[in-house]
Order: sequence, then structure tokens, then C-alpha cells
Amino acid sequence: MADVRLPFPRVAAPARPRRFPGWVLVLPPVAALGVVFLHPLALVLWQSVSPDGGGHSFAAYGEVFAQAAFRDALRNTVLIAAGATAGSLALGFALALVIAFVPLPGGKALARFIDVFLSFPSFLITLALLFVYGTAGIANGLWTGTTGAAAGPFDFLHTPWGVLLAEITYFTPFVMRPLLAAFAQIDPAQLDVAASLGARVPRIVRQVILPEALPSLAAGGSLVLVMCLNEFGIVLFTGAKGVTTLPVLVYGKAILDGDYTGACVVAVVDIALSLALYGLYRTLTHRLDGARRARA
Amino acid sequence: MLVHSRRARRAVHAVFLALFLPVFALPFLVVAAASLATRWSGILPAGVTLDHYRAATGGDAIDALTTSLLTALAASALALVTGTWAALAAKGSRARRVVGLLFMLPVAVPSVVVGLSLLVAFSRPPLLLNGTSTIVVLAHAVLVTSFAHQAVSAALDRLDPAYEQAAASLGAGPVRVLLRVRLPLLLPSLSAAAGLCFALSMGELSATIMLYPPDWVPLPVKVFAATDRGALFSGAALAVVLMVTTFLVLLAVSRIRTRAVHR
Repeated sequence: MADVRLPFPRVAAPARPRRFPGWVLVLPPVAALGVVFLHPLALVLWQSVSPDGGGHSFAAYGEVFAQAAFRDALRNTVLIAAGATAGSLALGFALALVIAFVPLPGGKALARFIDVFLSFPSFLITLALLFVYGTAGIANGLWTGTTGAAAGPFDFLHTPWGVLLAEITYFTPFVMRPLLAAFAQIDPAQLDVAASLGARVPRIVRQVILPEALPSLAAGGSLVLVMCLNEFGIVLFTGAKGVTTLPVLVYGKAILDGDYTGACVVAVVDIALSLALYGLYRTLTHRLDGARRARA
Repeated sequence: MLVHSRRARRAVHAVFLALFLPVFALPFLVVAAASLATRWSGILPAGVTLDHYRAATGGDAIDALTTSLLTALAASALALVTGTWAALAAKGSRARRVVGLLFMLPVAVPSVVVGLSLLVAFSRPPLLLNGTSTIVVLAHAVLVTSFAHQAVSAALDRLDPAYEQAAASLGAGPVRVLLRVRLPLLLPSLSAAAGLCFALSMGELSATIMLYPPDWVPLPVKVFAATDRGALFSGAALAVVLMVTTFLVLLAVSRIRTRAVHR
């Protein structure tokens, strides 16, 4: 009896002391990111203060800021981004409202279609608009066919309005997706109660639905604002010589003119603008997240 | 239900379709129709032809498609490994916020600038990658890593820690817990992230156009080159090939996902 041996205890083995702290494991991916992203960004910053002649100066900044092309690009970028964001928010809110609260047959399929839409590249929209509103497109063909005129009235694709239309089309789904998720959280009984108490539709939308949707609207809106600022494909595809945005200017200076220092200066301004807005977006979503958790 | 009267509901739906169809469905229909047309100078395209597709599936164009597929595959794989690794390693450590912030940065920086920065950094020794396919893959990987990292860290936050605690209390080492418990539980989100990364990389134009060497031309650049020289119809055919390929890959990935969820 004395030499009955218990099996080796498998439960509650004492934890082995760790040979290295946990954060060491974080280093390889962060190092990889550093080599292919952070370090190159730092080099862009460095190049922007290192003119071709050698030495270091902020002369390139003064030069670029003095160019009318740069000021135009900056103004275009900000105005188009602001306009496209406002347009996407309005259109996205209206469309999501209908999908969520005035259900129509095939609404589920529409929501899935939106998901697919998000994964396609933006320049397809401009390509499509060229066929619809281009000089030989559907709209102008319709006009010349019915009135007999030599040319149609639609000639806005190469203006900022064309870029605006394309961006609103492309970015509206980015607003709709978080909105649909937020609308799914609203108890339909709330709407019925409000209606039975005599509130009309505009008032229900304003006082019941909008407050619930506000966090998603803010988050979606600021994300779209950042994406519009960075949008390149849409502007490039319109081929509009009159519409230059900061990303297009970076491309033009670096690839077409071979002026790397100038391109880096514009890039630094572009990064600063985007990062500032992105920081705002993160603060908004964080605060709203916190508020939501606090309420729950 | 917000609108109760049937007539009002119909009116709302009519307005909805009047906005939704032209804005969202029309682009796809128009591009698809144009890819089959010989001419378009009225309401409807004139003349049906498959010539653009013949051009879009032969020689140059098929090379571009393979290039895009290979780039997207390599970039998604790199992004998934890096993003997942970072998310797993940072989970529960103090570095979590910093790592999250660093991996979100590529979204905030314009893609054109990401391209420019790689051009500036790798056009000089010790790493001379300018003019190689590697630089294109790297750019795509940088741009999609954020999405992979975000998807995996969100999934990790939702993961019930009871499973890994149970496995660890039964004596499984950290590597075994990772391989047999955590990664299998993360599989649905990993495949979703893979699909997203792949789709984004397939359609990437901004950084690519800054970097592509003449022997590594992805499909979006090809579409741009075609429309830029006025060949809108062949551009449309190439775009349809791009959309259909992306869609098929997404479909396959979502099949894998449903199977992973049901298992």
C-alpha cells in the first residue's frame, strides 16, 4: 500500500516565471511598421526641409505657400471635402431612415448591396459618371435627341461639382452603415408611443430618432471627411485640369515634375490636415463610446 | 414603422428609389453596359460587342489581373500576420493604446503620401526597392494593415476569456492556447479581415500609381491608363473584370466564414 504513487498532478501547476516581459512580443510587428511606414514618413518630413542644393532650410515651404496652385489646391480640398461630407450625411441619413423605418421589399438585399459597394474602388464611380454626364453620355444624348441641339447642357464633370457628385455617391454608404446599425438599436415601440401621443413624422425623426443617431452621424461624418480629404482616384479620373486637390498636387509634383522637395512639403501639409481631423474623429468616437457604455 | 398610411408609404418608397437607384445602382449598370457597347451617344448604348472583353482577357490585361491578384494576396497575408500579431501581443498589456494608435495611423495618412514616403525611403541604399514589385506590395500591405489590426483587436475584445483560461488551467502552454484555442475562435473575424484587405488592395490606385514599375502594372492602373487615353469602353470592360474578380473572392471568403462559424 505504501508504494501506491499518485499520478503527477496536472492541475494547478505553478506558473513558470516568464523569461521576458509581455510587451517584448509587441516589438516585431511595431518594428515592421516602423521600417515600412513610420521611418518613410519621417524621411518625407526630413526631405521637405532639405532642398536639392544641400543644407537645411524652410525655404521650400515659403516657395510652395507662395504658389497660387498650392493655395487653390488647399481651398479645393477643404471645400470639396466639407461639401461631400455634408451631402453624404444628408443623403445617407434620409436613405437609412427609409431602409430602417419604412421597410420596403428587398430592403435586406439593399443593405447587403451597400456592403459590397464599400469594397469597390472609388474611381469606378467617376468612370460611370463619364458615361452618364460626359459630353457623349446618356444625359446629353437625351437632351440632344429631344431638342435637336448640337450639344447637351451637362458639362460639369470637369468642375468641382463633378468631383462633389462622385464623392457624395461613393461616400454615402460609409455614413449609412453605422446609421443602420444605430437604427437597429431603436425600439420600434418608442416610435409608436410617440406617434400615438400625436407626434407627426418630422417631430419623431427630430426628437426620437435623431438623438439616437447622433453618435453614428458624428463618427461616420468625420470618417468620411478624412476619406474625402485623402481621395485621389475620383479627382484623377475626372481628368479635370481645373480641379486640383492636395493629393493630386503631391502626385503631380513628385511624378510629373520630379520635384520631390516640393511634393514632400505639400505632403507634410496634407498629413497635418488629415491627422488633425482624424484626431478629432477618434476623440469623438471615443467620447461617444464612453457615453454609450456609461448609459448601458 | 414610421409611416402608417399606405399611400404615404408608397410615396416615401418612390422618393427612396428615385434617389437610391440613380445614385447607387446606375453606376454599376452603366459600366457593365458600356463594357459591351461599341458606341454610346444616346440613352442606350449602341451596338453589342465582346471585343472589349476579348481585349480585357488577353495579353497585357490578363497580366494586369494576375499582378493585381498576386499583389492583393501577398499584401493581405502580410497585413493579416502583422495586424494579428500586434493585436494578440498588445492585448492586456500597457502598450495596447500606443500599438492601436500606431496601427491606425496609415488610415489617417493620405494613400498618395504613403506612396511618396516609400518612394523617398526606398530609392536609396541600403534598401533599393524602387522599381520592383516588392515596393507595390509593401505599400498595399501598409494601407490595409490598419483594417486587419482593427478587425482582429475588436474580435479579441469580444472573445470570452473563459476558453483560454480553461485551456491554460488544464496545463496548455501559451503557444498551444494560441494555436488551438485563440486562433480557431478568431477564424471568422480573420477571414472577414482577409476579405476586406483583399478587396481594398484589388482596388488600390493612389499609392500604386506613385510606385508601379513598368513590369508590375496592377489592374486599376490599367483602367486609368485606358480611360486617360480616351478608351472608355475598354476601361469599362477592365473595370467589370476587376469588380467581378473582387466579388467572387469576397463570396468565396464569406463561404469559408459561414463554415467556420457553423463548426
